[in-house]
Amino acid sequence: MSALHELTAEAAVRALHAGEAGAAEMVDAALARAEDDRWGSFLALAAEAARERAREIDAMPQRPPLGGVPIAIKDALSTRDLVTTAGSRILEGFRPLYTATCVARLEEAGAVVIGKTNMDEFAMGSSTENSAYMPTRNPWGDDRVPGGSSGGSATAVAAFQAPWALGSDTGGSIRQPAALCGIVGVKPTYGAVSRYGLIAFASSLDQVGPLARTVRDAALLLSHIVGRDPLDSTSLEWPAPIEVPQATDLRGVRVGIVSELMSDGVEPGVRAAVERAMGLVEELGGEVRPVSLPATEHGVATYYLIAPAECSANLARFDGVRYGPRLDDSDDIVEHYERTRGLGFGPEVKRRIMLGTFSLSSGYYDAYYGRAQRVRTLIRREFERAFEEVDIVASPTSPTVAFRLGERVADPLAMYLSDVCTIPVSLAGIPAVSIPCGLSEGLPVGLQLAGPAFSENRLLAAAHALEGAIGFDPRPPGVL
Amino acid sequence: MIDAATVTHVARLARLHLDADERERMRAELSGILDHVDRIQALDLDDVPPTTHVIALENVMRDDEPWESLPVGEALREAPRIVDDRFSVGRMG
Repeated sequence: MSALHELTAEAAVRALHAGEAGAAEMVDAALARAEDDRWGSFLALAAEAARERAREIDAMPQRPPLGGVPIAIKDALSTRDLVTTAGSRILEGFRPLYTATCVARLEEAGAVVIGKTNMDEFAMGSSTENSAYMPTRNPWGDDRVPGGSSGGSATAVAAFQAPWALGSDTGGSIRQPAALCGIVGVKPTYGAVSRYGLIAFASSLDQVGPLARTVRDAALLLSHIVGRDPLDSTSLEWPAPIEVPQATDLRGVRVGIVSELMSDGVEPGVRAAVERAMGLVEELGGEVRPVSLPATEHGVATYYLIAPAECSANLARFDGVRYGPRLDDSDDIVEHYERTRGLGFGPEVKRRIMLGTFSLSSGYYDAYYGRAQRVRTLIRREFERAFEEVDIVASPTSPTVAFRLGERVADPLAMYLSDVCTIPVSLAGIPAVSIPCGLSEGLPVGLQLAGPAFSENRLLAAAHALEGAIGFDPRPPGVL
Repeated sequence: MIDAATVTHVARLARLHLDADERERMRAELSGILDHVDRIQALDLDDVPPTTHVIALENVMRDDEPWESLPVGEALREAPRIVDDRFSVGRMG
């Protein structure tokens, strides 16, 4: 057996059930990697609680399904008594009173939470540089960003600190960091996973999902978190269990490559890796044809009206009264609100609150938010039409490989355009998987595969077959 | 595009204190972002309905059954200032 921290989650679960390792050793191995955190993956470790939980699991007469395998959790997800900040000063030291449903389900199934991972403040960003606490470095190159906003979860998995992690994805925040860190990320159908306990950013888009080193691990994780939760009225009765995929070919699968997302804005090395992957689709018996989604060119514009509008409403609750530090002592309550929020939020969060408040304000609503919701319909319809002709649409996950720390900080629009490939999928509410499909300049390239709502099993099967043919080595040089 | 008075007005609506430097930076950055998003003004959307929910759901109701609420002490646990088992705030205007 390999060193415990090198095991996939699937292999770790198998070893635990076979009695080849205990949860306590498994958790110790992960914590040892997480404590030596050269990449800045973790905002907080739950070392003591994790060790205690592992011992409890080891003492159970019957081991729970996930057996005591460690997991890292994005700091946007509430965990009872474990500090949860969403990467923001305005929640510094905040200890939630309850645990997010998806995390509770995993704990119930025998996963052990080892810590909370770094992220862009309130999940707003594409590089994790908007964290109020620290930057995170990409295990593939320490001058590079890991992507974002789930950058800490992506590095924890890519650097073998945890076999898998939970992230959240509003416009690409699972898929893009997975792509930049050479791992697998899944954004499920909107409503697949309960959002109860997820600190809300844009409620019509937010969705929790897995990051892992293999498609099978991502599927196994997803299988434990999907389904209706009475505490989230948008969560869905899931039609059929998520299966851990076994497919080795793509016979009968029609893949449409999105012409608009293979254009000039895509780095040549990224385009080449995606084209090679399309060649492998054909070798595996699948069919590849171009599809056109012209409205996707309006995706970023539409998203940057809808998401900030929703965020400006969701973030109204952070006022320094019921929780979070009191950052201002004014006797006048309005002044207290304004100053607490002025000190507690970072520049990107302020920008989005301002943009959203503006686009919802009297005189601008119809021209901005109202129109954006109509463009959202156009984008959804184009995907629906495409899915009459193909089973899966493919594109790069990110038009570039991991960029340098600091490179896009001064230019918000350039940062927003990092998500040009992932945003249309989010607006349509459909599921997508990002898998690594090669290297360009020594850095990982991600391939995004998207399907109709509820097509997770088909999508994961195709991703698994293709992953086998690509044969990507997920070990960054010098990390193990 | 966006002038200084609009920034001040919107910041007030958002209950967000911005200092003079932040206001000027915000004016420039928001103008740049709105230049980009303005591309959707050219689309013909007359017959396109807005999307409010991506997955159609109707009348999601739960049974009206009471359950136990958090004990007061626990609900107040994270509050920065408490007076007599209540959240403490300043005066209105």
